Amino acid sequence: MPRLISKLQTEPSLTPRNPVSSKAPPDRSTGRTTGKKIKRHWQLYLVLLLPVLYLIIFKYIPMAGIVIAFKNYKVIKGIWGSDWAGLKYFHQFFESPNFWLYIKNTLGISFYGLIIGFPAPILLALALNEIRNGLFKKSVQMVSYAPYFISTVIMVSIIIVNLTPNVGMVSKFFEMIGVSNTNFMGIPGLFKSIYVWSDVWQFTGYGAIIYIAALSGVNPELYESAKVDGASRIQKILNIDIPSLIPVSVIMLILNLGNIMKLGFEKIYLMQNPLNLSTSEVISTYVYKVGLLGSSFSFSAAIGLFNSVINLILLVSVNYIARKLSSNSLW
Amino acid sequence: MSKGTAIRESKGDRLFVFFIYLFLSLVLVIVAVPLIYILSSSVSSPQAVVSGKVWLFPVDFTLDGYKAVFHNPQIGVGYLNSLFYTVVGTAVNVALTIMLAYPLSKKTLYGRHFFMVMLVITMMFDGGLIPYYLVVKDLHLLDTRWAMILPGAMGVFQVIVARTFFQTTIPDELAEAAELDGCSDIRFIFSIVLPLSKPIIAVMTLMYAVGHWNAYFDALIFLRKPDLFPLQIILRNILILNTVDASMMANVSQVQAQQGLKDLLKYSLIVVASAPVLIIYPFVQKHFVKGVMIGSLKG
Repeated sequence: MPRLISKLQTEPSLTPRNPVSSKAPPDRSTGRTTGKKIKRHWQLYLVLLLPVLYLIIFKYIPMAGIVIAFKNYKVIKGIWGSDWAGLKYFHQFFESPNFWLYIKNTLGISFYGLIIGFPAPILLALALNEIRNGLFKKSVQMVSYAPYFISTVIMVSIIIVNLTPNVGMVSKFFEMIGVSNTNFMGIPGLFKSIYVWSDVWQFTGYGAIIYIAALSGVNPELYESAKVDGASRIQKILNIDIPSLIPVSVIMLILNLGNIMKLGFEKIYLMQNPLNLSTSEVISTYVYKVGLLGSSFSFSAAIGLFNSVINLILLVSVNYIARKLSSNSLW
Repeated sequence: MSKGTAIRESKGDRLFVFFIYLFLSLVLVIVAVPLIYILSSSVSSPQAVVSGKVWLFPVDFTLDGYKAVFHNPQIGVGYLNSLFYTVVGTAVNVALTIMLAYPLSKKTLYGRHFFMVMLVITMMFDGGLIPYYLVVKDLHLLDTRWAMILPGAMGVFQVIVARTFFQTTIPDELAEAAELDGCSDIRFIFSIVLPLSKPIIAVMTLMYAVGHWNAYFDALIFLRKPDLFPLQIILRNILILNTVDASMMANVSQVQAQQGLKDLLKYSLIVVASAPVLIIYPFVQKHFVKGVMIGSLKG
């Protein structure tokens, strides 16, 4: 769930190779019956059983459980026994005074993060590609990947510790330039920036891996002929490197845009404090607070469903646009 | 790359390379300094930390912070719990992932497309938090160790990566030859597929293990009993919930004395908690990089 989503955002690696299966190799069993085809690999179906059971129980039953959003859920009656509520909870959410605030916060943080966080790894990869393989290059890579492995809890602690007035490294730095004794975490206007830039700090190095790989696959002859033509380094970057990164980048962009409403719960929830709630409350944290802490299951599920649907629409339409414009797409 | 070694570089190019080095050095410093600062603070005296004397190097070396960490019984319990969830959870993860990924990589498996679609749909749409929670609740898994293992027993992303790996590394001819020789599918998995797939198994193990060690969300929603808490939840209680209180006090310098050791404890705790992952990191870095690439390019 949210864990997976945040993974997808950070692990740039989802380039589903479209089912070779559909145009699969000529099946030698043209004459055989379906029964025989199944019998041929009966053991594999046995092997499949457990994982498929997992998908059904923990992925598909929750999908069906979404009807709770249209019901007045009562614990005693269970999901299926509770009375229908129609769209009541959706209306309640749309009309709640904070509806637009949460949407605004969610989209604000997401887009801010995308604008900064999407090009950052590309930039790092391009720069690393320009220097010779050596100790320096290796150290930059090694050090910049490392923060990826820090847990969210530790990451937020590092942020808080570094921003503690008088003590933290970053706040000491700001004191030197005249901004003293500021509780950065308590200033609503700074929340987005702290969130986004700490993400950049943590994930840029790891995110660059996929682009570095793409760059290492560029045909060396291209560089040779560019050299013969007297191209400068910048020209090589603009005309060889960047075009060769476009397919990967488009896929990454689709994935990022498709997750825009799924803004990760974990980090934001940990970074919240009573002082910054006006900019830090997003849909996912609100769903958690209303639903699990406040026990309004149906209302909270309605918000969650609204979120999932918007997200699905975004993903499908971004993918469609990308396919039309650049012929790179997820499917 | 070996560009520009044969022909002498122009002035513009040399300037450009200089800026590249400058930029990368800046990246290096910006990433490394906060980490070094935490490490140095964790072995400095509380007074030095609170009064802001620590920059890059430890001041008045002491191990009091670490002593406080190891004397805290909660942290010990959390460490052991996390170890358990990581080991058992990762084993289940890897097993299930292979059990789905290998059949999906088999071109002659009837209905393969159906299972693939079934898998991919779960990436695009999910029921959301509440139905997920209710399923776990209805299965009576709340407040049990199973709640930390079963709901996240398999990652869709990893299945796709592993499937791609199987498709590209295990030749169809091998499977066909084995089939002709009367080797069953299950035996083929054990005696051919698994030995050939050590790299991807290593990568998956690492990805899952780091995920388990670092996770706190499932524990936050499924667990209430403190003796089941993984380390991350305990860290959150000590590091973050405390910090909000502290930062809300008007003037930090007034409460310096008691604050001192508490602060120091935080730095040491950060180091102790990240240690397992960061210690093995240099050794496994290559595998991670490989994992990302298998997932993307070879695909």
